[in-house]
Amino acid sequence: MSQPGTEYLDADVLVIGGGTGGPMAAIRAKEANPNLRVVLLEKANVKRSGAVSMGMDGLNNAVIPGYATPEQYVKEITIANDGIVHQPALMAYAQGSYDMIRFLDSLDVKFEKDGAGDYAVRKVHHMGTYVLPMPQGHHVKKVLYRQLRRLRIGVINRYMATRLMRAADGRISGAIGVNTRTSEFLVVRAKTVIMATGAAGRLGLPSSGYLFGTYENAANCGDGHAMAYHAGAELANLECYQINPLIKDYNGPACAYVTGPFGGYTANNKGQRFIECDYWSGQMMLEFWRELQSGNGPVFLNMTHLAPETVSEIETILHSNERPSRGRFHEGRGTNYRERMIEMHISEIGFCAGHSASGVWVNEFAETTVPGLYAAGDMASVPHNYMLGAFVNGAIAGARAASFAAEVDLAEVDADFLAAEQARVLAPTLREDGLTPHEIEYKTRRLVNDYLNPPKVTAKMRIAQERFAEIREDLSHMVARDPHELLRALEVQSILDCADMAAAASLYRTESRWGFYHFRVDHPETDNENWQCHTMLWRDQDGAIRHRKRPIAPYVVPVDASEMTAYQRLRIPAAQAAE
Amino acid sequence: MPLANHDTSVPVIVDDAKCIAAKGCRVCVDVCPLDVLAIDVTGSRAYMKYDECWYCMPCEADCPTGAVTVNIPYLLR
Repeated sequence: MSQPGTEYLDADVLVIGGGTGGPMAAIRAKEANPNLRVVLLEKANVKRSGAVSMGMDGLNNAVIPGYATPEQYVKEITIANDGIVHQPALMAYAQGSYDMIRFLDSLDVKFEKDGAGDYAVRKVHHMGTYVLPMPQGHHVKKVLYRQLRRLRIGVINRYMATRLMRAADGRISGAIGVNTRTSEFLVVRAKTVIMATGAAGRLGLPSSGYLFGTYENAANCGDGHAMAYHAGAELANLECYQINPLIKDYNGPACAYVTGPFGGYTANNKGQRFIECDYWSGQMMLEFWRELQSGNGPVFLNMTHLAPETVSEIETILHSNERPSRGRFHEGRGTNYRERMIEMHISEIGFCAGHSASGVWVNEFAETTVPGLYAAGDMASVPHNYMLGAFVNGAIAGARAASFAAEVDLAEVDADFLAAEQARVLAPTLREDGLTPHEIEYKTRRLVNDYLNPPKVTAKMRIAQERFAEIREDLSHMVARDPHELLRALEVQSILDCADMAAAASLYRTESRWGFYHFRVDHPETDNENWQCHTMLWRDQDGAIRHRKRPIAPYVVPVDASEMTAYQRLRIPAAQAAE
Repeated sequence: MPLANHDTSVPVIVDDAKCIAAKGCRVCVDVCPLDVLAIDVTGSRAYMKYDECWYCMPCEADCPTGAVTVNIPYLLR
């Protein structure tokens, strides 16, 4: 390839990531101050990017008056996360939840309502009632896109941000991006940056061996985690992996949140229930894993006992929203929900605050530890975010960033930094042959499975660190023959950064916590005396990973010690299950 | 290190008779989150260029002529 050109752009607010939280952040920043230049940078196309590319079949964390209070929600999520939460951020989410639902409703997002026109909320969690179905939720992205157009937000598709820029005084000053089809550079000077790049979902390798058959949208590969890390931001609780119960091989949700309220349930090979509650938590995954290891596996989702018309209703929801191709998968195997249970399995590991609790640290204002840098959605550290959390926290980030932008000026671009980054990005294009991004990615992720998957073993994780260091050396032989391969070559560098972070974070916390998510065989007990805290990870000036403990902020909603163990009692005793 | 070609089946199939890429349509190429679809050198049809599919279906759902079919990748089927 010939040397690609470089374009420059100035923005007041730069949003990186056009999936769920990013568009909402852009919308709220522009609404807060219509004079701001709001730019939304997206690696794919905002029309169909991110985790909800094909919509969503429900809100999993709706805090709706009459069904739940913000205090109840904060308490439930605190308990589900073994107490390691920043409650002020959970409370900010919970208090914004209902207003956001009404805002989305006003934009014509369709939620299930009863005959009286009230939201038809269902119980899936262990304690409270927070699930609001969206049987016609396939149009979420269209609704967002309409708002972006209406507000004239500058959308730039097919540019992958590769590094954040910081000013001499340490605050964020913009980002460097590269076009995924031409490899041309775009340098965006910005007064403030909001990151919403989704989960690090291409970390572990799915058991199918297909690199892109991940639970998360495979475009979400931890670019934001890596960029924040290289900019010196702190990341929190990365050892609290995302691991989900999914349809075996298909590797998407079955989905118990949809089927549970209709009477579907998780069962073992005898058709018996073994967990009280299908809400995804580390404790639930531990019981799921134990059942897989026992003679009672595999684990299934059972709907065979439901009335045919109920199953038809479930099929309509599951096969038109979120992951519609699951219908095609079942069809290919001749699996009919009415006749046969659906075989379930354990997903690959990832970082995703949408379902667990790890990510770039943010407080209740969506602020990271770098001045002027905000984060929202699956990549930020607010636990059990789901789609509604991405919207609410994206909105918080947008409003705060709009205020911040009014207070500061644009900073000059550091020419040396830019030149070094352009050299890093283009290095694989300067080679005629070598190692392909595909094989480097496959090997990295296969090693993640071999050595980092729980049950976590100290000696194995140390071997992982040695192997990852070898792969890091191999990067100097990586070749990219066209802009598309360069995109994958850049992504694999994000993946390797995340793999290193996963190993280091898991080694740092010398206890077991969050059920299966951080189940350390050589530290099997939960050690509240030493580890009732957040673990923070960041990159120091010399490029080394550093750690510290961060005390948990005083709870705004107190939780009794007797309540704190509720999620550790999910297993149904065998005798009771057999009845 | 010299490189080898590695052939594989692709999950996304485009019906050439229905594809209107020759008229300038780029919908499936535009919406793919993983950017794995392309227009062939003749400019007349879309095809799956890279086997990097999340079987997510925007290409099929948004195609104006119903030319695109997303199959489950063989390794998962």
